[in-house]
Amino acid sequence: MRNFLQKTAQLTFLIAALFTFLGTDQDVRFQTLGHKVKCICGGCNQVLLECNHVGCSYSDRMRGELASYVERGDSDDLTLQAFVQKYGPTVLIAPTTTGFNRVAWVMPYLVLVLGLTTVVLIARTWKTRPQIIPVGGTGRVSNLELERYREQARKDTEV
Amino acid sequence: MSQIGSFALLLALVLSAYSFVAGLVAVTRKGPGAERLGETARRAGIATFAMVFLAALVLVIAAFQDDFSIAYIFHHSNRDLPGAYKFATLWSGQEGSLLFWSLLLATYGLVLRLRYKTDSRLFAHASVIIAAVQVFFLLLLNFAAHPFAVMQGLPQDGNGLNPLLQYPEMVIHPPMLYLGYVGFTVPFAFALAALIMRYPGEKWIQITRRWSMVTWGFLTCGVFLGAHWAYSVLGWGGYWGWDPVENASLMPWLTGTAFLHSVMMQEKRGMLKTWNMWLIFATFLLSIFGTFLTRSGVVSSVHAFAQSSIGDWFVGFLAVTFAVCLFFYVKNRSHLRSEHKLESLVSRESSFLFNNLLLLVACFTVLWGTLFPVLSEAVQGSKVTVGPPFFNRVNVPVALLLLLLTAVGPLLAWRKTSIESLKRNFLWPALGAIAIGAALIVVGIRPWKDMTYLYSLMTIMLSALVGFTVISEFIRGGRVIKGHTGQSLFASMVQLAHRNTRRYGGYIVHFGVIVIMIGFAGAAFNQDKEQEMGYGDKMSLGAYTLVCRSYTQEDKPNYSSEWAIIDVFKGGKQIDTLYPERRFYKASQQMATMVANRSTFKEDLYLVYEGLNQDTGRPILKVHLNPLVMWIWVGVWIMIAGTVVALIPNAVPVRVTAPARIQAAPVGAGD
Repeated sequence: MRNFLQKTAQLTFLIAALFTFLGTDQDVRFQTLGHKVKCICGGCNQVLLECNHVGCSYSDRMRGELASYVERGDSDDLTLQAFVQKYGPTVLIAPTTTGFNRVAWVMPYLVLVLGLTTVVLIARTWKTRPQIIPVGGTGRVSNLELERYREQARKDTEV
Repeated sequence: MSQIGSFALLLALVLSAYSFVAGLVAVTRKGPGAERLGETARRAGIATFAMVFLAALVLVIAAFQDDFSIAYIFHHSNRDLPGAYKFATLWSGQEGSLLFWSLLLATYGLVLRLRYKTDSRLFAHASVIIAAVQVFFLLLLNFAAHPFAVMQGLPQDGNGLNPLLQYPEMVIHPPMLYLGYVGFTVPFAFALAALIMRYPGEKWIQITRRWSMVTWGFLTCGVFLGAHWAYSVLGWGGYWGWDPVENASLMPWLTGTAFLHSVMMQEKRGMLKTWNMWLIFATFLLSIFGTFLTRSGVVSSVHAFAQSSIGDWFVGFLAVTFAVCLFFYVKNRSHLRSEHKLESLVSRESSFLFNNLLLLVACFTVLWGTLFPVLSEAVQGSKVTVGPPFFNRVNVPVALLLLLLTAVGPLLAWRKTSIESLKRNFLWPALGAIAIGAALIVVGIRPWKDMTYLYSLMTIMLSALVGFTVISEFIRGGRVIKGHTGQSLFASMVQLAHRNTRRYGGYIVHFGVIVIMIGFAGAAFNQDKEQEMGYGDKMSLGAYTLVCRSYTQEDKPNYSSEWAIIDVFKGGKQIDTLYPERRFYKASQQMATMVANRSTFKEDLYLVYEGLNQDTGRPILKVHLNPLVMWIWVGVWIMIAGTVVALIPNAVPVRVTAPARIQAAPVGAGD
């Protein structure tokens, strides 16, 4: 058991070290950060590393700046802040998860959860509502009523 | 020429205003006098079409005659513009596209007014509502965005059409999109008319069913033609950038899709009447809202070719329309009570409820993301960007849930389904999907490496699940018919589809959707490379090697161009030669790319000639390898085919005289 725990701890350490090492890899950081910034070539909202606009004079320059920040060892926050300071807050491709911007991310999920809850609650309310049973249910059914049931059955079964 | 157009537009406004006012008076009164008045309103509506058609015709003729005295023609055409694009001038700018919108609305109105005998009172009410919408657009055309405004002086030549719009698809894409946008006015008019009249039964839904489906089909075509145009023309290797204008076309499509599903609950079970009413209201309002977004400049967009100050008009119209809808809903809401209640959570009804919820959440996300920059500016004082990562992160899980529902939904019966029946019908499709997932992992997809790979794998697996359930539905039904008639299985399946075209047409549409989703999943594996390519230089990407054979130039009346001649090798053999091109349009003094694309079911080899490197003078080539893109366009064709099948009237059901030997589909497994 002790041996097993030791091996598990070693393995965990190894995986953590591997991820830490990978996390600091410059290429990975360049790719990650390059997907958090947009090219400012104009209105198209393209991710910096995916901007392929013909003759774009901004993306090369911005990629160069990003590469120099990463090479210098600036943290992710510092790098993104540098872009924000130079190009304004719209340079970030998606809202941040701080302050009012959090609302952007929360709202769709909130609507989904509220919608799901509402649908389930309504469905349950409908389902548990007692059926109205006509008094004297064994009485004769009029032709009109019978035709209505036939029509409903036809709709339900599509025969 | 401009006087004829202006007069036609003014007369159209007078006629449509008469059609609205007289029609309104006629539907609120009774007696032969009211009937006669109603008839004059109907005829005025028909005459409106004639006048709007005349105005549009005048604008097109002016484009062909290079009549640059008309400011619109001066700004959007030039002498050397090819004929097809001169025709497309009609919808290339703000004023013309509003005229085109008005023309389509008048055409829909014409068809509606000619078919009034189906139900004259309902049609009269709907006609009044359409006339009201028409009045709004004609007011805009006459007083805010006049297409026949005259130039000071007579220019020798025009500014030309935006180069990005000089592409064959631009002759089709806007009309398709507008046919979709404008078309939703008709089901909206019928829905509001039915609410105002407290129209008994669901006949209005049956009347508008074809309208809704045709309109939805047009909108689907329009949205995907736009995607294809972006892919083929813009040269950025993608087809969807979550641009506000793209989003504007997606929103009514999402609510329209929700309506097409949930309306079946109203037809078959008399449920969700309020919901459906508001869904069609929302779809119409979103169509108008989309137009507002495109033209008001309230959000920044790459489609900024038609921005102006007419936004206030649209805001006013949206507010009035919403107020009218709300007023009549509050007044007549008792008419919208459900006839039945949900009997089980495991039923077709509940699957439609969840499907509607997910479609609306997707729509809300798109709307929210599009408008959040405006909201952020109002609250924080600074705009933020809401780009593709936001939309993808929120909408991809929603789309996956929708795919799951698309797989499960057809296996559920109306009212109630037993879990055993669900398990029985679901087992083989689920095993098939799992097997496909396992096979993909074996061939090299590593979902644990990246979230996009995981989403991609899940998309393909769920698409397979939907595909298998659709196929199993066809086979199960086909076998039953085969058992009775002795026909081949294929002939039996064709007969099955013909007996219930709406249901099986719908399945074909679902099949198209999954083919498209598989195409989207391919984007996770896109690759690209950029390189300077001199004579004889090589570049490798994926299994392809590209060799630059030559460069050449050409001068044409409308543009001058330079392009590369690139030989494509695969496995050491030359398989193709591609010609990526770059054009300079003389009239507008703008550059544009003509992408060279070698498209196969497996992948697209997509070449962009980016021009010369300013420092070295050598040409730069950008190459994209985009897997499975062709699936998207094939999927759209399948969706259109399914829509057409769903529009075909049902064949008379074959009378069954012998008991079935093979177990049939779950009872009540309907549309």
